[in-house]
Amino acid sequence: MKNKRTHDADHMGYFQLNRASGGALLRNSAKKWTVSIVRGLLLFGLCFMIIQPLLTRLGTSLMAERDLYDSTVVLLPRNPTLDNYRIVFELTDFPRSMLNTLWTSFTVSLLQVISCTLVAYGFARYDFPLKKFWFACVVALIVIPPQTIATALYMNFANFDILGLFKRFTGKTVSLHGSFLPYALMSATCMGLKDGLYIYMLRQYFRSVPKSLEEAAYMDGCNTLHTFVRIMLPDAVPVILSCFLFSFVWQWTDLFYTRNFLSSMSIYSTQLSTIVSRMSRYFSSNADVPVIVPAGRQQQLISIGVLVCCVPLIVLYIFTQKTFVQSIVMTGSKE
Amino acid sequence: MAVHKLTAPKPGKWSLRDSLLTFIPGNATFRSMRSRKARIGVMFILPFILGFLVFMVRPLFQSLSMSLSSVQLKAGEGYTQSFIGFGNYNYALKVDPYFNQYLVQEIGRMAINVLATLSLSFVVAVLLNQKFKGRTLARAIFFLPVILSSGVLPGIESQNEFYNMMQGISQEVANASGVNLSAALQDLLSVSGVGSGLFNILFQMIDSIYDIVMASGIQIIVFLTGFAAISPSLYEAADVEGCTGWEAFWKITFPMVSPLLLVNCIYTIIDFFMKNDNRVMERINEVMYSQFRFGESAAMSWIYFGVALLFIGISSLIISRGVHYYEE
Repeated sequence: MKNKRTHDADHMGYFQLNRASGGALLRNSAKKWTVSIVRGLLLFGLCFMIIQPLLTRLGTSLMAERDLYDSTVVLLPRNPTLDNYRIVFELTDFPRSMLNTLWTSFTVSLLQVISCTLVAYGFARYDFPLKKFWFACVVALIVIPPQTIATALYMNFANFDILGLFKRFTGKTVSLHGSFLPYALMSATCMGLKDGLYIYMLRQYFRSVPKSLEEAAYMDGCNTLHTFVRIMLPDAVPVILSCFLFSFVWQWTDLFYTRNFLSSMSIYSTQLSTIVSRMSRYFSSNADVPVIVPAGRQQQLISIGVLVCCVPLIVLYIFTQKTFVQSIVMTGSKE
Repeated sequence: MAVHKLTAPKPGKWSLRDSLLTFIPGNATFRSMRSRKARIGVMFILPFILGFLVFMVRPLFQSLSMSLSSVQLKAGEGYTQSFIGFGNYNYALKVDPYFNQYLVQEIGRMAINVLATLSLSFVVAVLLNQKFKGRTLARAIFFLPVILSSGVLPGIESQNEFYNMMQGISQEVANASGVNLSAALQDLLSVSGVGSGLFNILFQMIDSIYDIVMASGIQIIVFLTGFAAISPSLYEAADVEGCTGWEAFWKITFPMVSPLLLVNCIYTIIDFFMKNDNRVMERINEVMYSQFRFGESAAMSWIYFGVALLFIGISSLIISRGVHYYEE
């Protein structure tokens, strides 16, 4: 009997089935369709909003200057040119600033991740006096805006001294301004950009790893360092990598620390932030007469600068998207 | 063994005597397993302790003392500092023409933005948590703002004053010719007598939707992780008991991710306060780097920090009342 009914159902049309179910089928599928259409529209709209500025920038970046004032040109350039890129590259000291950004971001992120991993492991696995207090300090590190201490740090590094030693021996303090050392030191001691967050994330991860793993290693005569390097680290690679990526991306675009500590180096983010002031000088030098750069043109060149800054990161993101998203899922799940 | 367990102190509890003896060689406590482990633990977090003391606590005190004194730069020789009490705070709040005005504006903007960011990221996370075609792509795109709205990038295009002036003019033209949809809708609603106060806030949210979407990348991911952590058996049980999807959402999903609401709220507030395009931040930087008024800028950042802390405190108080912690 039962078999027969399903057999019938296979041969019934949609509306026959609907009638047989007393209208429930139509109601259900209408509901399902409505939900997915609304969801689709909403998500498409929001995604479009995120992507659209990038596309517009790309479009305008290729326009020759006269296209900017042509109201019939909206998105696609009529006179496509790569000349704008050349100008922006010159304005931002391109290959050099980008290379500097690359190696500083890489070094800083590496230092940050190494120190944060060690600290996070200490917090997750060991019990020591004042542990709660120090962890509260980690949370404070997340909350305190670095701007609060910016002035003091600026002064500190301008007259750097360790316990007055330099002053005693050489008669004066050392100015570390413009050297990479202060910032490297800060990154190595977890005081760089958003380090509190990385410590928190990594600690969250290490806490979720079962303790029995280390106990087994201890039983087999593995010492602390070996346990950490051989047992804990290999499993933690995805999380550490994602912290590294975060750190790298944020360092890449960072202006605050860069401006404070790496001011003498040509770094892309600082170059970008001062691009407008250099624009008129650039155009004036070509024309012998002071030139006012039109707003649209300024905006176009800034857009290109932003685009140049983003593109390497977006490419990086496309390749590492899984790591980025996946590992937060791993760390965030246990609050 | 059992006796030893009874006398051994609980993990996490350190008497003053034990903590001291742990770091002084040549006694029984020093040689105990617990002390040895504690020393290893301290070794691990040593970079943090050092960094925190040297690069955080010391500058914090210096900046506090700077904010209470008048700081003068001296050529070549650093700076001099003389105590003047709360003069700098007075300057920041009463004399500086922009600071207090920006502060009030930004606080208002923040309150609205935090609310909007939290609700939007929650809704988007709910949507992205459902199964549909292209979900991976949508997730990838929604996470893109983490890159696109960091550091220099968000403010840079709106900082161009010349351009802003031009845009202001074109905006006026657009308003006059009546193509601004949200303004038109706002007019319509206020004419038809709908209460305007709340709607103003709503329209402000709608007008800044782009900023809000750009600021909610991390929050969406945090909510998504929260959803992923809910055990499916809860939904199964609810389904068996005849619970509808709507009910399951409010009785299971929402309470289970409510602790994350607090996390996200705090994150959003901090993120907002430290953004580059924040006008208070711009003002502080301007006072410091262009006018070299170090004392005044330190006072400003302390006021700002105080306000941020106050906000975090208030919002955690409010939210933690409604938060449900699931004990396993």
